[in-house]
Amino acid sequence: MSGLITRRNFLRSSVLAGSGLVLAGCDQFDFLADKSGPGRQIMERANVLTYQAQRALIGSQSLAREFSASEIRQGQRPNGSTDPSTPEYLALKAQDFAGYTLKITGMVDRPQAFTLDQLRNMPARSQITRHDCVEGWSCIAKWTGTPLGPILDMAGVKPGARYCVYHCFDNIQRTLSGDILYYTSSDLIDAYHPQSILSYGLNHQVLPVSNGAPIRLRIERALGYKQPKYLHTIELVDSLDSFGKGRGGYWEDAGYDWYGGI
Amino acid sequence: MSEPADVATTKGPLIYRQSIWTRATHWVWAICLFFLLLTGLQIFNAHPALYIGQQSGFEFENAILEVGAFNTPDGPVGRTTVFGQTFDTTGVLGMSGPAERPVFTAFPGAVTIPSFRDLGTGRVIHFFFAWTLVAALFIWFLASFINGHIRRDILVRPVDLKGVPGDIVDHATLRFKHGRTYGPLQRIAYFTVFFILFPLIVLTGLSMSPGMNAAWPWLLDLFGGRQTARTIHFIVMLALVAFFIIHIIMVVAAGPLNELRSMITGWYRASPGTPTVEGDKS
Repeated sequence: MSGLITRRNFLRSSVLAGSGLVLAGCDQFDFLADKSGPGRQIMERANVLTYQAQRALIGSQSLAREFSASEIRQGQRPNGSTDPSTPEYLALKAQDFAGYTLKITGMVDRPQAFTLDQLRNMPARSQITRHDCVEGWSCIAKWTGTPLGPILDMAGVKPGARYCVYHCFDNIQRTLSGDILYYTSSDLIDAYHPQSILSYGLNHQVLPVSNGAPIRLRIERALGYKQPKYLHTIELVDSLDSFGKGRGGYWEDAGYDWYGGI
Repeated sequence: MSEPADVATTKGPLIYRQSIWTRATHWVWAICLFFLLLTGLQIFNAHPALYIGQQSGFEFENAILEVGAFNTPDGPVGRTTVFGQTFDTTGVLGMSGPAERPVFTAFPGAVTIPSFRDLGTGRVIHFFFAWTLVAALFIWFLASFINGHIRRDILVRPVDLKGVPGDIVDHATLRFKHGRTYGPLQRIAYFTVFFILFPLIVLTGLSMSPGMNAAWPWLLDLFGGRQTARTIHFIVMLALVAFFIIHIIMVVAAGPLNELRSMITGWYRASPGTPTVEGDKS
């Protein structure tokens, strides 16, 4: 009989424990928001698994869906920074970006700098794609620009380079200790993807300031926070540790996953 | 063993009903679905609207659900619009919390993880448990095909459909048959969860991944666009919540200790009159 009583007690206490979990409310799990906590660190391993699984599953050349012109039913919704106020950016904007250059630096054989006219005169690609914000919404627009891959080849990426870090003009966050400038990064597969273009045109117009003028990089197989606006420098590196909080981007530093393909 | 022999006829045999695979995956899913639901509502709060089609209509109308907070002359209110019908949902959806310190999120913090707005954390936890759920699903399908659980208890046969009216009457009058295999309504419920709802919620979840859209473009065609997939993901969530509520009511009504025991130890007390087979206990 003692076995039965033990089992019954066990069942009873499991019911109590289970209902307690439900009734206690959800601030019980707020500790998982602490990015240095061990529970959070374990759960973030799932993002690495997602990245590895998708890289194994998705061919490096497989394209994001391209839509027909009739699917463009609205303007591209601006989000995040829409009007940067850093002095460098304001000075360039005042001259209609005449003095703008895009720099390719870091682990390259021949560092490069391209003016906007040079970029516009390179082979162009237009694509009507769906922009997916991490918040959950989607918007279809036509993007025109020049593919990033050939530009990286002009610079000559060194064998040890693993990532592109994308440095931007916009002060996404203003703090007492100064502006935090937007940046993000990708692996070289995304950088060399045929749809990864340095876009200067949106829906048959010059790319407007609210959508990232003069240059916004499109990485079409990832969410919106991997499409850096107001791009000025692409830095080839072998580690992301030395940038920001070391997680590979502004939003990534705030807890978003680095890969961004999900 | 020293109990009188007639106990078996009044109590029914104690049968080994649930394999270790079923029991282990059951509790893994219970934990997964708890976190997936509450982090899912956190993710929904980042853009509390659902649409039909490839994209979200900002300059045209294709939303079927919108939750928001609005200013009125009498102060802010929470409003929910479903299929064009607007309801005041102050206190529950769009605006909640104490009157002096209201919170303007779609779903209140009491049902989201974290309890405050944190999309990044919500996504980390959601994807961790999504992987765990899919792994458990894979293990369960494999084990249940091999050990016969799917064939014995889950697949709905023509004879089960014939038994539905009688089973509804039995349930309505709380006369539950605790048999060796699942009854008609049980089969339909679990078949729906395992062969319809779980595959749907996984595939619609994958359809929201731009990476998976490139890998499996047919996902977009199957569901009619990323935003439709997101809407279906939400509706399947509601169906799983409905299943959970009915599941708990049935466990309580059918004898919670016996049901819980079968899902912890595997052993289940069948109804009196259930034929005894080798391996049963009395």
